[in-house]
Amino acid sequence: METRKPPQDFTLRVRRYDPESGQAPYWDEHTIQLEPHRSVLEGLLQAKGRFDGSIGVRCSCKAAICGSCGVRVNGQPGLACHTHLGAALKSAKDGVIEIEPMGNMPVIKDLIVDMDAVHWKKIARVTPWLLADEDNVPEREHIVPKEAMVDVTQSMACIQCGACVSDCLSMELDPLFIGPAALAKAYRFVGDPRDVQQVQRLEDLAQDPHGLYACTHCFKCIDACPKGVAPMSQIMRLRRRAGSDHHIKDANNGFNHEHAFVKNIRRNGLLHENDLLTDSFGGKLSPAAGAFMARSLPVITRALLRGKATLKVALSHPHKAPADVKRIFDTIEARPERVEFNPYITGTDEDNAPNPPAEAPQTGPHAGQEATA
Amino acid sequence: MRKVAYWPGCVSRGFTPELHGSMAKVAPLLDLELIELDRACCTGAGVIAEHNQELADTLNARTFALAQQEISKGAQLMMNICSTCQGAQSECQERLDASAEYRAQVNETLAPEGLEYTAGITNKNFLWMLVEEIGLDVLEAKVTRPLTDLKVGPFYGCYIVRPVSRLGIDDEHPRDTYLPQVIQALGGTVIDYAGSHKCCGFPIITMSTETSLKQAGRHLGDAKDANADCLVTPCPLCHLNLDLQQPLAAKAVGRTLDMPVLHLPQLVGLALGLSPKELGLQRHVVKPTAVIDWTTSVVGGVEAGSAA
Repeated sequence: METRKPPQDFTLRVRRYDPESGQAPYWDEHTIQLEPHRSVLEGLLQAKGRFDGSIGVRCSCKAAICGSCGVRVNGQPGLACHTHLGAALKSAKDGVIEIEPMGNMPVIKDLIVDMDAVHWKKIARVTPWLLADEDNVPEREHIVPKEAMVDVTQSMACIQCGACVSDCLSMELDPLFIGPAALAKAYRFVGDPRDVQQVQRLEDLAQDPHGLYACTHCFKCIDACPKGVAPMSQIMRLRRRAGSDHHIKDANNGFNHEHAFVKNIRRNGLLHENDLLTDSFGGKLSPAAGAFMARSLPVITRALLRGKATLKVALSHPHKAPADVKRIFDTIEARPERVEFNPYITGTDEDNAPNPPAEAPQTGPHAGQEATA
Repeated sequence: MRKVAYWPGCVSRGFTPELHGSMAKVAPLLDLELIELDRACCTGAGVIAEHNQELADTLNARTFALAQQEISKGAQLMMNICSTCQGAQSECQERLDASAEYRAQVNETLAPEGLEYTAGITNKNFLWMLVEEIGLDVLEAKVTRPLTDLKVGPFYGCYIVRPVSRLGIDDEHPRDTYLPQVIQALGGTVIDYAGSHKCCGFPIITMSTETSLKQAGRHLGDAKDANADCLVTPCPLCHLNLDLQQPLAAKAVGRTLDMPVLHLPQLVGLALGLSPKELGLQRHVVKPTAVIDWTTSVVGGVEAGSAA
């Protein structure tokens, strides 16, 4: 393994920028010497110590716990202290490890971004504390079923580093989007049985035009997160709770779109795009559908003229779902409770099988560690 | 002849019929026999999973089981032509393969029709097939009309590049670098631009229309600024936002775009000598005039002015 390798040279290309200087950002290169299993953060600190004390970088624990040293390494967001120099060199385009500040947040200096201006504002937006029943405070602690707390462990693993915020593709074009970190935090309370305002929380997030339904489902945050929180998966769980459990009909067509899609496939087997579009806005006769279709009319006309879609396909959709597909929909939709299998929590057969630790009372790789919040 | 259990998806037979059509034309040239899974249903495109995971997992297990029937009859693997299908199916497969107990429950729902999914199906997008099964050297040898001087920007679609672990992207299978490799094998020039691995915006077109159109417009604009003649994508849903919606995307970002977007089989087909008409290029909303000299059916970059 890499741990045994001797120190070697690594060249770091660091993006430098001091907004107060009035000068444009520029790149700086330093060659440091360390073992390949040491971190990019250690490399940066060596460069700072040996060559240029003015490099701005925020850090504290050096152990992927405090979440201070979020940066982009070769374009990928993550923690500088959690990225090996050897691995970083492998993903480098030209043999030089490129280190930039995180995206979607203003730079204060060099690699330090303004977390207050973006990340913490968004976290504050989702009321990030427990709203317990204050009229019925238990004499001692709240007793909750363990499964319910295991359900929120994944979202609780967040260390607030901002890596997911850095690369959120919805936020890139819609800076007001609440974003992955804050929405994952929201699930932490929506999924907590002690919270008495779950429905209000969901209603609030669903109705916000930059909220629950503004996530574009790009998986960026899942790959960015150094702690396996999978913020996008938490957003989808929020949507399931909002749409399927509480039937919250939002003004952003989120509920309509999801239900129109499901109905569409149940009926047709294959997606019938035209019905989906109109149903997503609340049906063919709804004003919102009319407005969208009117706006799209030139596009639709052009598509028809080009023979891209024929009127027959656009309007009638010849394909119908086989009977067993309908039966699958009916069987599963009729279950009293949704079955939601999350390998993060329960572990996979591979995790659980080969040499099961004799004493392990938990099954999942992460289960138990925070189950008693 | 290499037989594959072929899942074309919905949009390739709906609003982008030229995709399914061009794949059918290209397949024999690559010695592929497509055994169409015509009873299979939509993958859910992430939306059914968002609604009910077990439902999405069961519908896709059904498709996998149908594919496995073909595989037992001689098909090599399952193939799709849609990034979103690949991602949605890989997500369900990840859960189905992770637990025998969960799989048994899903199979119980499939049992009345005699269907059963056995863990470990191989399901590859056409892009992965080209590199991993057919081989770039074989592809290159089949090129009869190299895409000389054609500057092509790759556009993957989120579902086929993230999350990397679920999609089997590693040092041995750098699947997030395959598009440039294919473009080069076809004789074209790869354009490196900011948007190649970003989101087209399609999933939120009805919910956050402005953001969605701005996403499409931003990436198309970046490709234009990088001097691309056209984009190529393995995802028909991206194609909807990038091509069908391009006039609206151009308005949203306040600039002209005029960026032709080709489906992957169309780009391959052009290099293998098929005519633009056979590949349905006339059906695109944005006319691919930068790609094709319509009078001679020869491919060439506009700036290069080549009609050789």
